[in-house]
Amino acid sequence: MRHLAYVLVLAGCLAAALWLEPVLKVNVLRRWRRLLLSLLPVMIVFVLWDLKAIAAGHWTFDPAQTTGIMLPGGLPLDEVLFFAVVPVCAILGFEATRAVLRTPAGDE
Amino acid sequence: MTYTAAALLGVAGALVVDLLVLRTRLVTRLVFWASYPIVFVFQLLSNGILTGRRIVRYDPGAVLGPRIAHAPVEDLLFGFAMVLFTLSIWIFLGRLGIQRGPAAGEGSALLRRLRDRRSTD
Repeated sequence: MRHLAYVLVLAGCLAAALWLEPVLKVNVLRRWRRLLLSLLPVMIVFVLWDLKAIAAGHWTFDPAQTTGIMLPGGLPLDEVLFFAVVPVCAILGFEATRAVLRTPAGDE
Repeated sequence: MTYTAAALLGVAGALVVDLLVLRTRLVTRLVFWASYPIVFVFQLLSNGILTGRRIVRYDPGAVLGPRIAHAPVEDLLFGFAMVLFTLSIWIFLGRLGIQRGPAAGEGSALLRRLRDRRSTD
């Protein structure tokens, strides 16, 4: 169970944001192609940053609190999931704010 | 390069993408600054757990030292860069016409009820 610590934090983030889809109808998951296309560059750029940071020793991950599934470059799968989960939560929060305030965001 | 330098570079890069490359200009819009504090609270919370429980550990030589909710201040810059970059691409794709709609809030009975109440007040 302890190995799931990182993944459980990510699950918590999703739980805090995903309700916005059915309740406020933010229609982010419904626009899934746009969502996936947004995630792609973010994941590429931040995985590259992460690989550099890991190689430089800026940060390390507790093997006891991560899944143990490692990708090349010493990158834990947990960390890759972070770069998918956080952007999804950010877009959900952004679109929810926009739905409530009804102010322009630039793509109308 | 330290994490401090990398984080500052990340913020600069995200600003360049938002203002000059994709020209989404989100940092000039109310909706961005209204939503960022909400995202920020959850960032402090989740990042606080990740760093407080020492799931992620930092090299003291790569950061300045000050910490906010357990996390090095550099993480705030990292988070800002990631969120701005993400939203800039999201808006850019919408502007290109990729699934521009259905718009946020379209079809929400809750929002409709809240608005009806406000307009009859």
